[in-house]
Amino acid sequence: MLEKVLFLLCLTPALAQEPCFPGSSHAYKVRISIKTALGNQAYVWNDNEMYLFRAAMAFALRSYHNGQEFNVSNIMVCNETPRVSFWFVVSSPENSSVLLKKGDVENAIRKSRNRINGAFLLTDQTLEFIDIPPTLAAPVMPVTPPWLIVFGVVMGAVGAGIIFLLVSSLVQSKRKKNKKTLDEDREDMRGIENGLGCDNLGGVYNTTFSDGDKFTPM
Amino acid sequence: MRLLLPNPGLDDRIHSYEDLERIDKEEAEDRPKWDNKAQYILTCVGFCIGLSNVWRFPYLCQSHGGGAFLIPYLILVVLEGTPLLFMEFALGQRIRKGSVGVWRAINPYLTGIGIGSMLVSYLISLYYNTIIAWIMWYLFNSFQDPLPWTQCPLNENRTGYVPECQQSSTMDYYFYRVNLNSSASIADSGGLHWPVVVCLLAAWTVLCICCIRGISTSGKAVYVTSILPYIVLAIFLIRGLTLRGSISGIIFLFTPDLSELINPTTWLDAGAQVFYSFGVAWGGLISFSSYNSVHNNCMQDALILSAVTAFTAIYAATVTYTVIGFRATQKYDACISENIRTLLNAFDLPEGNITTSNYDEAFNRLNSSHPDTILQLDIEICDMHKFLSEGVEGTGLAFIVFTEAITKMPGSPAWAVLFFVMLLCLGLSSLFGSIEGVVVPLEDLGVFPKKWPHEAVMGTTCAVSFIIALLFALQSGVYWVSLFDTFAGSVPLLTIGVVEMIVVVYVYGIDRLNEDIRFMIGHKPTIFWQVTWMVISPLSILVILVFYLVTQAQEELTYLVWDPDSEEFPSLSSVPYPSWINIIIFLLAGVPSLTIPVYALCRLIFVSCKKTR
Repeated sequence: MLEKVLFLLCLTPALAQEPCFPGSSHAYKVRISIKTALGNQAYVWNDNEMYLFRAAMAFALRSYHNGQEFNVSNIMVCNETPRVSFWFVVSSPENSSVLLKKGDVENAIRKSRNRINGAFLLTDQTLEFIDIPPTLAAPVMPVTPPWLIVFGVVMGAVGAGIIFLLVSSLVQSKRKKNKKTLDEDREDMRGIENGLGCDNLGGVYNTTFSDGDKFTPM
Repeated sequence: MRLLLPNPGLDDRIHSYEDLERIDKEEAEDRPKWDNKAQYILTCVGFCIGLSNVWRFPYLCQSHGGGAFLIPYLILVVLEGTPLLFMEFALGQRIRKGSVGVWRAINPYLTGIGIGSMLVSYLISLYYNTIIAWIMWYLFNSFQDPLPWTQCPLNENRTGYVPECQQSSTMDYYFYRVNLNSSASIADSGGLHWPVVVCLLAAWTVLCICCIRGISTSGKAVYVTSILPYIVLAIFLIRGLTLRGSISGIIFLFTPDLSELINPTTWLDAGAQVFYSFGVAWGGLISFSSYNSVHNNCMQDALILSAVTAFTAIYAATVTYTVIGFRATQKYDACISENIRTLLNAFDLPEGNITTSNYDEAFNRLNSSHPDTILQLDIEICDMHKFLSEGVEGTGLAFIVFTEAITKMPGSPAWAVLFFVMLLCLGLSSLFGSIEGVVVPLEDLGVFPKKWPHEAVMGTTCAVSFIIALLFALQSGVYWVSLFDTFAGSVPLLTIGVVEMIVVVYVYGIDRLNEDIRFMIGHKPTIFWQVTWMVISPLSILVILVFYLVTQAQEELTYLVWDPDSEEFPSLSSVPYPSWINIIIFLLAGVPSLTIPVYALCRLIFVSCKKTR
């Protein structure tokens, strides 16, 4: 009789510890890298931090399962290593021998991941839940693509250049035309002072008194 | 006496010395002129210093024995490059015409040389401007923080990245998928990729505007495009030297390995690099030098230009390798950290137990005590040498390695903008010379009606080129660019270079050239120039050409593709070309080279037909 009682007494704690073991179908492994995340300002991992972790898990499960009141006692931790990694299982608040399925735990953690990270000043990469991939932030996309703005500026400059060129070439050709007609008039007038052509007079054309541009540029 | 082929009527086709004196005094020529000497030198420097100085020379230098490579490079600059430069400058200044005009004046049967130069310049401009378009796309996208090539797009359930991006890297994904949307083979054209189309439009219009009035507009543009790269390189040098790990890059670059000097490939690569980077046989330099005054000292110009080109190549290589050294150190550190993390996680050791300083001994300790666990972990061996040598050539250097290094520097958008503006300036200034080598011969040949102004000719050429270049905007465009790069710019240039030298020495006459130079600059060129013009330079180019043809004929033609489905992904896989590519290769490499004999033959037939009539 005494042996049976002793056996049962020994078995119960064993049974109580059995749910949490590495590789269990209900357990998740957690790995924490405080020094990588915080460098000089790293805090030491101790039992108080572990209590905070269990409380954070309970919070996550409460927010996911509205109504069910999870407590710190429902989160069981085992196999702590100096790396700071451990396994944990979650038991149901109504019946402590029933463990929650992995899927439920995963969804709860996913939903409150940011809050859990924030409690420890860590990130998705430094507070790892093995086999729960983090939901990645979408790439940053500004509203107006910036390249369009720069492209617009460049093409605007090119367009302004084209217009400037067209206008300047028009102005230049107009100036040339005016100068040409002016020169032509002067050419015509050269030998015909007083209505007499120079050749008719039989004289030598004296270039000193023709248009002086060639000789006295200003 | 010296061998000289008969060349009747030469004196009627070129200006006599009296003509030249008159042109010089009265400035009665109809040609454009340089505003000042600085513009001319800057334009030539810009033409010679191009993208290849940034991404080809540093790679050659490092792979052929580092500091020892400078020996064959500098020797060939002096023996091969400078004589060619001096010869082209002298010809242009003496005969005072574009490349087609010069060869037509020397002998009408040799106009084919000018046409060949024009075709080569045109084919090269087509694909070069496509690379400029890619640079513009990156430049336009650099004005944002974070830079778009630091992020991978997410997959559907937002738990991971798109597999193509996950397996390779964000930079590779951005270049091959976002920028180009490349297909998996050159035969698979896909459709037009509109970012490339838009950027091609920008590239061709910018080029058109800068060159629209010939050297009066491009001469002003070179003040920016030729000087800015030096300033940006200086800024990058200072920034690079202050980054961690840059010195290891420079040491890697310049560590001499004198045994490479015995290897003939070193000399061939050095010779080819000198030849291509000096921009001879393109026709642009002849054109530029023909706008000089008659008594301009072209010998001095050739020497200055050679010195500047050589110095810039070494300067750019140094800057490039400081950045490569920085990136390699970053990747090495990341690799070691990753290994440390794996070891800590596997053996559940507390953080800080293994650091970078005691990594090696910790690894050995763990390996001896638990060898099978270590084997299972599949730890990557971090090799600094590998990180320093990966992807350091060609477009991979600019768009993948450098962009990655820039993302790791603080203030990355600013560095990205600076870098791509520098590449843009380097490329544009080279294009000014190529376009000059295309448009001026077109005008000389009378392809366009005589009364069209230069602006209309330039505009039409750029518009037609844009439409043809849409080939490179297809999804297979990147493979077309590398096809053009390999074949359009190699064999024809070497052939034209050899023929140029032979024609000048044996048809125009080296004695006549000496007299011309004595007339222009006051003294005859020394024996050094005579020997290099007659023997050394043509021989060296001929040797390079022959070796190139022999090696190309022996290898099967393959190219590298970006294929997410292949086994070697993310490395580019080597795939043989389809058989119809051989026709394209013949068109690209053969046609410009063959214009020389074909034109002579056609003219012979035409003239004899006219005579018999």
